[in-house]
Amino acid sequence: MKKKWAFLSSMLAFVLVLAGCEPLMVLDPKGPQAAQQASDIMLSIGIMSFIVIAVLTILVVILFKYRASNQPDDYEPPHIEGNKWVEALCIGIPVLIVAFLSFMSVKSNYIVESAPVGYENEEPLVVYASSSNWKWHFSYPEEGIETVNYLYIPTDRPLEFKLYSFGPITSFWIPQLGGQKYAMADMVTTLHLGADEPGEYVGRNANFSGKGFAENTFNVTAMSQTEFDEWVQEVHEKAEPLTEEKFDELLEPGHLGQMTFTGTHLEFSPAPEHTHNDVSEEGNDSEEESDHSGH
Amino acid sequence: MEFFERFAIPHPSPAIYASMVAIALVTIGIIAGLTYFKKWGYLWREWLTTVDHKKIGIMYLISALLMLFRGGVDAIMMRAQLSVPDAELLDAQHYNEIFTTHGVVMIIFMAMPFIFAFMNLLVPLQIGARDVAFPRLNALSFWLFFAGAMLFNISFVIGGSPDAGWTSYFPLAGNDFSQHVGTNYYMIAIQISGIGSLMTGINMCTTILKMRAPGMTLMKMPMFTWSAFIANLIIVFAFPVLTVALLMGTTDRLFATNFFTSDNGGMDMLWANFFWIWGHPEVYILILPAFGLYSEIIPTFSRRNLYGYKPMVWSMVLISFLSFLVWTHHFFTMGQGALTNSIFSITTMAIAVPTGVKIFNWLFTMYKGKIRFTVPMLYSVAFIPLFTVGGVTGVMLAMSAADYQYHNTMFLVAHFHNTIIPGVVFAMLAGLTYYWPKFFGFMLNEKIGKWAFWSLTIGFVLAFFPMYITGLDGQARRMYTYSEATGFGPLNMVSFIGAAIMAIGFVLILWNVFYSFKNSSREIGSDPWDARSLEWATHTPIPEYNFARLPHVNSSEAFWDAKMNGHQLFRGEYEEIHMPSSSGVPFIMGMIFFVAGFSFVFSLWIPAVIALLGIFFCMALRSFEKDDGYHISVEEIKETERKLGGAK
Ligand code: HEM
Ligand SMILES: [Cu+2]
Repeated sequence: MKKKWAFLSSMLAFVLVLAGCEPLMVLDPKGPQAAQQASDIMLSIGIMSFIVIAVLTILVVILFKYRASNQPDDYEPPHIEGNKWVEALCIGIPVLIVAFLSFMSVKSNYIVESAPVGYENEEPLVVYASSSNWKWHFSYPEEGIETVNYLYIPTDRPLEFKLYSFGPITSFWIPQLGGQKYAMADMVTTLHLGADEPGEYVGRNANFSGKGFAENTFNVTAMSQTEFDEWVQEVHEKAEPLTEEKFDELLEPGHLGQMTFTGTHLEFSPAPEHTHNDVSEEGNDSEEESDHSGH
Repeated sequence: MEFFERFAIPHPSPAIYASMVAIALVTIGIIAGLTYFKKWGYLWREWLTTVDHKKIGIMYLISALLMLFRGGVDAIMMRAQLSVPDAELLDAQHYNEIFTTHGVVMIIFMAMPFIFAFMNLLVPLQIGARDVAFPRLNALSFWLFFAGAMLFNISFVIGGSPDAGWTSYFPLAGNDFSQHVGTNYYMIAIQISGIGSLMTGINMCTTILKMRAPGMTLMKMPMFTWSAFIANLIIVFAFPVLTVALLMGTTDRLFATNFFTSDNGGMDMLWANFFWIWGHPEVYILILPAFGLYSEIIPTFSRRNLYGYKPMVWSMVLISFLSFLVWTHHFFTMGQGALTNSIFSITTMAIAVPTGVKIFNWLFTMYKGKIRFTVPMLYSVAFIPLFTVGGVTGVMLAMSAADYQYHNTMFLVAHFHNTIIPGVVFAMLAGLTYYWPKFFGFMLNEKIGKWAFWSLTIGFVLAFFPMYITGLDGQARRMYTYSEATGFGPLNMVSFIGAAIMAIGFVLILWNVFYSFKNSSREIGSDPWDARSLEWATHTPIPEYNFARLPHVNSSEAFWDAKMNGHQLFRGEYEEIHMPSSSGVPFIMGMIFFVAGFSFVFSLWIPAVIALLGIFFCMALRSFEKDDGYHISVEEIKETERKLGGAK
């Protein structure tokens, strides 16, 4: 029964790591959306471990009890067609589990697709995050700032990322603040995040986009609103304005370090907000400018 | 010279040059060997022109094993590159090509032929038929698969391999971002073998619906045949979507049609939708025949009938239906909003219910049984808990809000390997060991088989379970390297060790074939495992006509009833048997398809047009040809039966 031990011990190792010797990034949330997802994940791991352990137990008992070497030579197993109660149970229990998880899933969908709970009274900060091979451009239209490969954000305030791409499909992901969403060239998607602790987080493109994909990362720094305002101030004092020429240069395939500009590329190269209608806004923020005429 | 430049590798390396030399040497070796041993005639008569479902099955089997090793080498290289942070074994471009070809080879050119191998070998025997409904079409299916596989496999020495992932998402796969011909190979090679798969789907459905032995109603079919029927039904509905999508992708790349581009009215999301409308049913096309094999093996070695035959059938029917309603779960993160995600989240989880029913039925099949731990049974026993883990992680992924965190990470990679390896690959290896004596006349060595089994199982757990953890720690899939600071190093090293142990397991399986060929007894009778269904009711070796007289069937385990309850399988006198005749046309058409495919890859229009005309010519020829097959006389049948040990 070597296999079972290998299996059990690896499950154990799994649980131990989950239990937090060294917290895994996704299970170490620093914002309400990530916290919601982490709690869903822990809940489902719990229920799923129960199922796996149940199946494993039944299996081990049956194998042990009905192995040929445990039975008389002349034992002839019976013919059993099935039993409708057993079958009802085999359908009923999974149905209940799945129904419960579906309920949780639907609930969470509406939570992660709207502004984070807890900061309802704050105005969201809108950031346009666009990718190009293999960089991230962050435009802060209200602040009139653009950065490359790094992101400054205020804590305790809803963050609304408008995602799109100047190339292949990419996926904008800051694991500790919440799950990812695609950035595409022909439409803008919206990702709602929030940070409730100041700190440095890693962000990356999670969707394969060619040669430079592995290094397609960015740094995220969360800070208080006052510090954020100071930073905005400072950028306006020190940074160069972003010109169209300069921006075209930035779009060339390759890697760049971190950069800061005043002004945003949205002025001369607007986001593809009106080419396809943005269907992602059922419910909460549909009064936004999205063009529902479609085509 | 300019003409030839297109065939150069855009990104060469010593490994690729070494492979070129190796391929050349092996080809020369094969040609020289065939000539020296005067085997050309044998090869042509017995294999290249055959329409016998058993031989076609064996050719699928050999191809699948070859591709398993090709894909396995890719896998080991990837795991080696990731075993330590900042490794420099492979650069980004090579890594991208390798994971792309690994995925395509394993799904399209390993798993698919493997299931087709078993369908070909088993379905006619299990339903008591002499061949499939359209034997020549069956040969054409095989040769199209083979042409596609060869075309795909030469990509890395001629022109360069595809590098946009097995999912080949546009616009990355479009001309703007994938300039070299790699993605052309992807589009065209998969197209050619996909047409073959579609034809097999039609062929098998017809066979199962029309050619069952007297007395075999649908609800008396052996479970593998049921699974093959459902899988082929899914093929018939899913593959046309792939055909169209690949065609559109091809015209985008070759004729600038802009279906999937992000400007000029194209839509990249359309490709993702098409791909997964085929892609999700595809994973069930693979897993259902695997379920079917387990449903044959577990009863045999539990010495009991399959528990809950009806729920087993209905769960497969339900799975096939649901499998078309879940594709969006592959891109919950594309921004379709909470409502759409909720719907697909629920349909996806719903699939877990019929799957769970099957797990419980296998468990209850062993209940009150008399369990023998042979190699096929060991694989089946390991499958149950390991596949359960794969299934429940699938349910976790189906929680769409949480999937925003799992998607595109190693967690996802762990999930699908956790379903495909214990699910599909173990089933194929179990089936291989189980049916080996029926088709080759000797048993595989149990001891080496067990060593291989333990290596694969332990290797699997070590290789893939750590990925659940690194995924949750933020390791994205398809990264060719990572920095030390991420902390992914140690667990990736564990994965590498696991992969190496699995590699040993696969080598042991090869060694087992070789060893058993030399040492195993040939005196094994026709039913060495004490099995239950019809395929064991004929002789070993199986005569070309399968059954001298067609069996009469009264239950899904007719052979067991014959052995235990005195059921009379074969009744009446011998009669003349009508058989289909061999034909070289399928092979020739396969080769022309290869030429056509190659010409399209490199936009060589003149040969492409000539090859297409050749294909139509072969098809036209077929409709003018008068071929009624041939007859085996009663005397010949009696003679063969006497040699094989008399009628049962
Ligand atoms: C209980 C049944 C299952 C459920 C609920 C399930 C669910 C899922 C979900 C939600 C995803 C998408 C995750 C993502 O991209 O973020 C996925 C991916 C996948 N699953 Fe499953 N799955 C199940 C069974 C299977 C089986 C039986 C197979 C194969 C035989 C399989 C093979 C795959 C593959 C190949 C992928 C993704 C491939 C890729 O993106 O490259 N799954 N599954
Ligand atoms: Cu799927």
